[in-house]
Amino acid sequence: MTGDPLFADGFDWVVLAILVAKAVIGFTIVVVGVIFMIWFERKVVADMQNRIGPNRAGRWGLGQTLADGIKLIFKEDLKPDRADKPVFRLAPYLSVVPAFLTFTIVPIGGVFTGGNDGGVELFGRRTWMQVADPPVGVLFLLAMSSIAVYGIMLAGWSSGSKYPLLGSVRATAQMVSYEAALGLSVVAVVLLSGSLSTHDIVAAQAGSIFDWNVIATAAVPFVVFCVAATAELNRPPFDLVEAEQELVGGFHTEYSSIRFGMFYLAEFMNTITMSAIIVTLFLGGPAGPVLFGPPLIWGTLWFTLKLLVFLFIFVWLRATLPRYRYDQLMDLGWKRLIPLSLGWLLVIGAISIGRDAGWNRPLTLVGAFSLGVISWAALIGAMRVAKLRRGGDEFGELSTATERVG
Amino acid sequence: MGYTGGFWVTLKQIFQERITSEYPDEKRPKPLRHHGRHVLNRYEDGMEKCIGCELCAGVCPARCIYVRGADNPPEAPVSPGERWGFIYEINYLRCIHCDLCVEACPTEAITESKLFEFSFTNRADAIYTRDELLVGDDGRPRKLAWEDWREGEDEHTSAWMRATSPSGSAAYEGRVSWSGELGYGVRPPEAGQSDDPDLAPPKDVEAKAGPVQGRSDTAPGERASDHDPDGPRAAGGGEGAVSR
Repeated sequence: MTGDPLFADGFDWVVLAILVAKAVIGFTIVVVGVIFMIWFERKVVADMQNRIGPNRAGRWGLGQTLADGIKLIFKEDLKPDRADKPVFRLAPYLSVVPAFLTFTIVPIGGVFTGGNDGGVELFGRRTWMQVADPPVGVLFLLAMSSIAVYGIMLAGWSSGSKYPLLGSVRATAQMVSYEAALGLSVVAVVLLSGSLSTHDIVAAQAGSIFDWNVIATAAVPFVVFCVAATAELNRPPFDLVEAEQELVGGFHTEYSSIRFGMFYLAEFMNTITMSAIIVTLFLGGPAGPVLFGPPLIWGTLWFTLKLLVFLFIFVWLRATLPRYRYDQLMDLGWKRLIPLSLGWLLVIGAISIGRDAGWNRPLTLVGAFSLGVISWAALIGAMRVAKLRRGGDEFGELSTATERVG
Repeated sequence: MGYTGGFWVTLKQIFQERITSEYPDEKRPKPLRHHGRHVLNRYEDGMEKCIGCELCAGVCPARCIYVRGADNPPEAPVSPGERWGFIYEINYLRCIHCDLCVEACPTEAITESKLFEFSFTNRADAIYTRDELLVGDDGRPRKLAWEDWREGEDEHTSAWMRATSPSGSAAYEGRVSWSGELGYGVRPPEAGQSDDPDLAPPKDVEAKAGPVQGRSDTAPGERASDHDPDGPRAAGGGEGAVSR
């Protein structure tokens, strides 16, 4: 609740130096992370498809991303004739900058157990192991992912070409839809932690594994968040935005050279950032047992390990699942994830109010759950009725349309 | 397994063997009957098999072969027949390596080697002439400077490969129905061909097929059409094409 102790004693040049250093280190971590993430994704997908993957540039192909980056920088930067030039130039930055800024609120380490508050000493000042700890914390995450929508939308709009436009229209609808589910599942976490600050959320999970929000919120918000995050990242199986088979490259079809590289960078940066956010919000961030040696290292180590697991899962999803159809995507988002996370939020809210007010706990639980079931049934019933009114059957609008034609 | 089964499928692949071969570094052995660059074969006495009949040019779907026949000079004949191919050109910018020319050839003159790694920097180089296609005095294809020949690619380039092809009729398995060639003589039937007595060719066929060495005096097509009851394809590609 206090914010970063770095600013407790006023603002001087040491504070400034620490801030700059933290920003530079954070940026380096993300960029290096992206370089390895791209390599990791290509290697793992290759493994899952019985291929070898990149192995030419450097040992095990580790230099492949660098080589690609250098190639992209030196390629010709094309701008379509009908492009809206200023917007066309602006869009990649609107994609990259939020991707990096989101990472700044992630605590990448620190000791939170045994009375520690997760601070580290740096040049005689105490600070937290995250670039920034704004009091709005999680809201900042949602704000940034909203701005990233602009990057994609403007890129498609300003290209002056039909496939990018279609891609960006899809992107806008998809990201706006899933942002609701994303936000609602975050609210459950915020409700438990009592704070929006990521540092406080991590500190609240520091005890045992049962304090982790994934267990404290009974996994549902975690699952909803993971699905919504995948959609928010435009990663398979929700990559309709850049569905190659339908839209060439989607919103970045007309982009080339390093401008395309920036979209590519942003995409993988977002993957890393979103995995880090999932770890922070639901899996205790740097929380984990200290086996030997300084606990500070173990915090970062556990954080990295959890992060890697999620990165692997994202790659695994990509290698396994086919793409959703657009109506299925909207169906999942609006008819399933949003009601589910909203209902779960109400249940958790009821339980936590009951705890604070000293209500009968089993009664509260039963009451909340039966209310949840009733509202779920009401929702299903309403959707059924709506479908019947439209004259549809279980196959929905498609068959209705053909009947009408016939 | 429903929704989760697919995840196991992809995860399993990580632990399986990679079947990719890293091509320029490691080259897989080519199939025995790979269609590569052509060669023009010669008989054991050094005479060219090509008789300039232009059947290969006629059958070529890519129109990449250009042949001109001429009468053999009586004092120094180039081929054992009446005529010889004094111009023989294949344009490799057009050739699709379909092997139809090999099927069409009545004298097993043109066959394909296993070489496919050859490149050129101008159009003129893409046209292989008779001098480049003709086998050398050791009976092996000439290795030109820009061609990347590998071990074993210059073997089995003759009509022997076609004649022992498993696509032929079982009745002709084990039968020698190809002519001799420079550097090798008449090759025996391919190892591994069936020795099942039920599949052996009829006795009279075998007897008449008889000695095949020094076949330069008879066209191979005659023999095939004489003795082939089930259709001429069986005896081997070159012969079949003529008798039909």
